Amino acid sequence: MSADLTDTAQALTSEGAQELPSRTGMGAKELLREAGAVLRMSEADTAVLVADPGEDQTMIINMGPQHPSTHGVLRLMLELDGETVLRTKPVMGYLHTGMEKTGEDLTFLQGGTNVTRMDYASPIFNELAFCMAAEQLLGITEAIPARAVWIRMLMSELNRITSHLLFLATNGMDIGAVSMMLWGWRDREQGLRILEAITGLRMNHNYIRVGGVAADLPDGWRDMTLRYLDGLPARLDEYDVLMTDQPIWRERLQGVGTITAQEAIALGATGPILRSTGVAWDLRRDEPYLAYDRLDFDVIVGSYGDCFDRYAVRLNEVRESVKLVHQIVDAMPNGDYRIQDRKVTPPPRARIDESMEALIHHFKIFTEGFKVPAGEAYAAVESPRGELGCYLVSEGGAKPWRMHIRPPSFMHLQCLPHMMRGGLLADGVAVVSSVDPIMGEVDR
Amino acid sequence: MVKLLGIDSDVGLDGADHNLLTGTLEGLVKWARQKSIFPATFGLACCAIEMMGTGGPHYDLARYGMEVFRASPRQADLMIVAGRVSQKMAPVLRQIYDQMVEPKWVISMGVCASSGGMFNNYAIVQGVDQVVPVDVYAPGCPPGPETLQHAILTLHKVIASGELTRRREDRGGGAGILIEQLDGQTAGDEPVTIHGSR
Amino acid sequence: MTDTAPPDDIAAPDESAAPEPDTWHGVRIERDSAFSRGQLVAHPTIDQYVDFVTALRDDDGYWMCLDVIGVDYLSFAAPRGLPPGVAPERFEVVVLLMSVNDRSRVRVRLQVPAADPVVPSLFDVHPGTEAPEREVFDLFGIRFDGHPDLTRILMPEDWDGHPLRKDYGIGAIPVQFKGISNVR
Repeated sequence: MSADLTDTAQALTSEGAQELPSRTGMGAKELLREAGAVLRMSEADTAVLVADPGEDQTMIINMGPQHPSTHGVLRLMLELDGETVLRTKPVMGYLHTGMEKTGEDLTFLQGGTNVTRMDYASPIFNELAFCMAAEQLLGITEAIPARAVWIRMLMSELNRITSHLLFLATNGMDIGAVSMMLWGWRDREQGLRILEAITGLRMNHNYIRVGGVAADLPDGWRDMTLRYLDGLPARLDEYDVLMTDQPIWRERLQGVGTITAQEAIALGATGPILRSTGVAWDLRRDEPYLAYDRLDFDVIVGSYGDCFDRYAVRLNEVRESVKLVHQIVDAMPNGDYRIQDRKVTPPPRARIDESMEALIHHFKIFTEGFKVPAGEAYAAVESPRGELGCYLVSEGGAKPWRMHIRPPSFMHLQCLPHMMRGGLLADGVAVVSSVDPIMGEVDR
Repeated sequence: MVKLLGIDSDVGLDGADHNLLTGTLEGLVKWARQKSIFPATFGLACCAIEMMGTGGPHYDLARYGMEVFRASPRQADLMIVAGRVSQKMAPVLRQIYDQMVEPKWVISMGVCASSGGMFNNYAIVQGVDQVVPVDVYAPGCPPGPETLQHAILTLHKVIASGELTRRREDRGGGAGILIEQLDGQTAGDEPVTIHGSR
Repeated sequence: MTDTAPPDDIAAPDESAAPEPDTWHGVRIERDSAFSRGQLVAHPTIDQYVDFVTALRDDDGYWMCLDVIGVDYLSFAAPRGLPPGVAPERFEVVVLLMSVNDRSRVRVRLQVPAADPVVPSLFDVHPGTEAPEREVFDLFGIRFDGHPDLTRILMPEDWDGHPLRKDYGIGAIPVQFKGISNVR
């Protein structure tokens, strides 16, 4: 039966080699290895995995790549025993865009437009990681003006709020609280209006540039932001009433998709998944970048590593981000919004009419690009999904030699087989939703 | 029966009580089709986020009868290809399109779906019209909710005018209408001054 | 031995004497490489690779493997930033390791020859390398010995070639931009 399904799938979508091999042929050792046996599974887990449910009782089905759970084009091959999920194989690549290859063809100024479309729910973080790595290569990290640093933090935290609201909306809808979808989007829209007023675009902003940001904050940004923040705590309390305290929500999420701290660390999970298991690792506090060491915030940590903890961690991170944005709004320094080094930053448009040098710099930066000294650098930021890093290798030219983004969701999809094992198929939807993968960054 | 409807057989329909609407069957069918399009869930990348935003409360697709995104292509009329189509995804796209039942329409949302967008490389299909016939191209990266709504309303107009049905029967191709990008219409009341030149 | 000046063949302790190369678990490291902008970088050979990463995990607390990255240095024109004694090859596999307790990171740069790009897999040490190693295989063609499922992960199964290699073109099609008049 499963061979038939595989054949049909192969004929229509040329996906032949992506198989979940039949477990009847696999010995215990192979099964354990496939499941990453180095994780030292408990006796009970091993017994579940190795137990032979008998012939003709398991079914291998396909979930995706087009399916209504709005997490993008992810395909899951599931081996089911009735409704229980035994093994999972996530198949990705349906959104592979060749962005790393494209990145080698774009200058360091244009690179932001490319990277920003990877994690499209929180685009500022991609740009930030890329620009921080490029600034490390240029050696100008300490010379970025204070206002630019604080504007970057403001944008990051606003983007974290909108990204987590997206998670709450889609998570709610996947579990069945459809009104959460509407409420989440209602609040996200106001955040997007602020981002649009500051950067010009609702998404994929290309605002954070090497050396600072693209433009200064517009007039009235303080009022706009504070008005948004004033409305949020009440809305978050509403979400608590709708979801956190609700018995159906708890039944569906508590104990589902559990992962232990050791497993999360072994699989390279970071961000809310790692924090939900109890490990208090947050790059903003533990390897501070920008000016996060000057701000006061808590790192939200769960205890059980289940879907409920991941949901609660993200909900409370919105509260922490609100606190952070208040502090940033109060402490925003005056000054330049980007470094004045003309080799890196284009001159102001008005100067081009007056100065030949400015004209030449503008021309060179926008056509050829500015040269970045040879070297390699890795810069990581704490995105709403986890550690988002950018690894850049430069040859000394205007374009990166190698541009690689370390996507948190890519690693988290490796956790899916562990989290989904032994659960029901409906729980599988909850697990995928709680991992919050963005396929743009998984496939790049 | 005629007496029940209040129609005097000598006078005919002109004398009927004003509780009858008349029209052509074709007009009625076109009206029904345009007012209750069910989109299929085909969000791929960033444009999908904007498509979900269009379904949200600020922009509200439900006023067009379109808030129900059907997961099964058999139950859907409209495929909004929202996002970049990779080489691996193209056969899946075609399969979903084939499973949809006539009449069906395709909106290519965003520049990546319309032409490959900024990704002119080995991995992205340079325009989804290489795989399925497209009726409306909505430009933008991503097109905001206003542009997507403009695309949907343009589609409504061509369904109502019958332009599409005739073209489909003729050559099986899409209408291929390009619309303007109309974003930023509803961004807010206060004008905003951006300081970019210092 | 007379009591006069020291024999000529004993060099005075000056700058020309090369310092002892820094090693860690027997692997050459650089603590403050300019090329790597100050990051601690290890340069194991292919034989030392898995044992080194295992030792870092077991003895030094580097439990997290964040990523496995491939780089193709085919026509790289600048100096490679490698310490003396490490022979540059066409491919490099870069592994990012992190210790949560010490808040420190180690970068491992492994040179992989183009003629036979086979490298042992880190899957048994860090199961989280399953997907990144597949990606490096898919995009560069570097094989990982001992990986449970070394198949393409991002490109379609039947794709020919390894796109991120420098001798693989970007595959752009020529585009002519023209204005369109009948826009609704």
